[in-house]
Amino acid sequence: MSGTRAEVPRSISERLRDRPVVRDRAVTSSHGAGGKAQAALLEGLLFESYGSDELRREEDGAVLHTAGAERLVFTTDSFVVTPREFPGGSLGRLAVFGTVNDLAVMGADPRWISVALILEEGFAMDELRKVADDIAAAASEAGVAIVTGDTKVVERGRGDGVYVNTAGIGFLPEGLDLGAHRVVPGDRVVVSGNIGDHGTAVLLARGELAFAGDVRSDCGTVTELTRALLEAAPGTRWMRDPTRGGLASVCAELAAGSGAGIVLNETALPIRPTVRAACELLGIDPLYVANEGKVVAVVPEDEADSAVEALRRLEGGGAAAVVGTVAEDSAGVVLLETAVGGKRVVDQLVGDPLPRIC
Amino acid sequence: MRYVDEFRDRDLCTDRLDAIRSVGAELGRHVKIMEICGGHTHTIYRNGLPGLLPDNIEFVHGPGCPVCVVPMGRIDDVRHLVENDGVVLCTFGDVVRVPGRNGSLLEAKAKGADVRIVYSPMDALDIARREADRVVVFLALGFETTTPPTAATILRARAEGVANFAVHCNHVLVNPAILAILEAPGQSIDAFVGPGHVSAIIGTGTYEYVPREWGKPFVVSGFEPLDLLQALEMILVQLREGRAEIENQYSRVVTPGGNSHAQALVDEVFEVRPHFEWRGLGSIASSALAVRPEFSDWDAEVRFDLPGVRLEDARACQCGEILKGALKPWQCKVFGTGCTPEHPIGSCMVSAEGACAAYYSYGSQGLRSDGTVAS
Ligand code: SF4
Repeated sequence: MSGTRAEVPRSISERLRDRPVVRDRAVTSSHGAGGKAQAALLEGLLFESYGSDELRREEDGAVLHTAGAERLVFTTDSFVVTPREFPGGSLGRLAVFGTVNDLAVMGADPRWISVALILEEGFAMDELRKVADDIAAAASEAGVAIVTGDTKVVERGRGDGVYVNTAGIGFLPEGLDLGAHRVVPGDRVVVSGNIGDHGTAVLLARGELAFAGDVRSDCGTVTELTRALLEAAPGTRWMRDPTRGGLASVCAELAAGSGAGIVLNETALPIRPTVRAACELLGIDPLYVANEGKVVAVVPEDEADSAVEALRRLEGGGAAAVVGTVAEDSAGVVLLETAVGGKRVVDQLVGDPLPRIC
Repeated sequence: MRYVDEFRDRDLCTDRLDAIRSVGAELGRHVKIMEICGGHTHTIYRNGLPGLLPDNIEFVHGPGCPVCVVPMGRIDDVRHLVENDGVVLCTFGDVVRVPGRNGSLLEAKAKGADVRIVYSPMDALDIARREADRVVVFLALGFETTTPPTAATILRARAEGVANFAVHCNHVLVNPAILAILEAPGQSIDAFVGPGHVSAIIGTGTYEYVPREWGKPFVVSGFEPLDLLQALEMILVQLREGRAEIENQYSRVVTPGGNSHAQALVDEVFEVRPHFEWRGLGSIASSALAVRPEFSDWDAEVRFDLPGVRLEDARACQCGEILKGALKPWQCKVFGTGCTPEHPIGSCMVSAEGACAAYYSYGSQGLRSDGTVAS
């Protein structure tokens, strides 16, 4: 036992607040997975070069102040997914809803989007038509107009068929102020429905698993949900859509951004039995699995019940639930109260959740 | 929605915890219990069990995380294969983050190496069938649980004459590792929680030497929180009564003799190596398997010229002490500073089953009021 130092370990919150540094020599898939590696890439490299105040807030979109009283929200997102079609959704639908949802959880009313396509030589026209039709249908469902766009073609082998980028603009209602700064102890964490559906559906749709399950992606617009939520809980403090990295990652970001502690209740988490079973089999934690049509919100304690009730009345909100509390202690850290009554830290993952061996 | 699974039922767990507290109090001394299997380490942290146990009951984490014990040299060997011989390298998900001397397989992949994540060795064989112009190598690792599927895959490859497929075998055996821990100087473990899935294959009979020669209770356990709490209670009762026996908490899956069909499969395809290098534990005699000469056409170590370098573990790395249960993760000098899940130095930080990663990610024994982790 030589070399042992009996010292008090660094506090968890201290550890979680470490400034990320980029130590990798090259970009790996982890850098796009919405976890710690991605945070390190943003804060340790990109923001060093072009970090603005808006960017550093790391919200789902930027609030723009115009010359008048009006405020706009602006956001952008790029999309790749294999396979391009999966139960419950497709690349085209994802590309529209992803951007629309980023606007919606900023509290905005989504209005206009752009669509840029990067196409690979040899990509079948029929497939392209399908992507385009899906984009059109999703835009009309979400009530946004596609007002500008771009198309580039890259050589065969230089792209994965098609990449889609969308950007969007929406109006922010007057007086609405959402953000981590408004979160206070005692507030409740609400999710709008079952978690982990999208990521699990895509994983199963790849057909690489000796396991077939009937799981559909939740790919859809959350505009209705956010509207109903803001109406039923006018004191709503903060909203996010838990896409890559799942519920765990947005909560970890909230804890870090607000300095508050978040305590999630494992038994309250709405998870479909099939999703739970698939995740269990793969050794993946559904808390980290992507969603594409869900909202996580922090609401004042006395508005939590009406928020859940309002969500449950809507399509896609049937399983809405209060899943956690904002706590005074454990500052900056997310804790999970486990089903058996224990407590553990919910940290951000480094990259994608990788299936465990055996 | 609630967990319907009775093995996570809070009331049942509370009953077991009460029993553990009372037997623990009767014992009136500090008790160190090693869970051998990484799956158990994961369950313990994931469910926040340490914070629920009385102060005098301590879990120490054993060597049974298959990803944690793969030495750097073996990672470098397969990296050499995929970078210089142009093979398709297939392996399980979390293995790709294990650091080799010049980085992990994930980093090799980022530089263009064809590394693919599969869910079973049969998936790798499928790739070989589909991509007949490539040679596909499956990086096989794991304890006795993962060995039978690898054996079955090699048999299938031979039966179908799939020539562009080979296995790089790193399968290890649990008993030599347990013995190495028992024989380590200064070892102070009171009892063992025996592995669940491994025991389903090899049977509980193979652990007889632990109570007989070392006088330590050995209780095989399942993987749900209630399983572990029951196993812990059984251990404490043995200690209180001064018994040392093998007991089987996981009898719904595990039998004394194990799975003879799986054992026969493994026997047909693999033989015991004279020595194998374990990360952290060093060279252990008769502790791993190699592909039998009859199947050398599917043995990557025979088919390719591998560097086979034996590398010292990183200087700062104290994984060996962790794997022997001599140190707590946070006592390693680089824990949480030089070594994190983003940039692991040692492999205990890689897999979710590794003690350091579990400790880092789940905050382990609950938070003290000042935000530090209680040891
Ligand atoms: S902190 Fe890292 S180097 Fe230290 S024992 Fe754990 S894995 Fe090994």
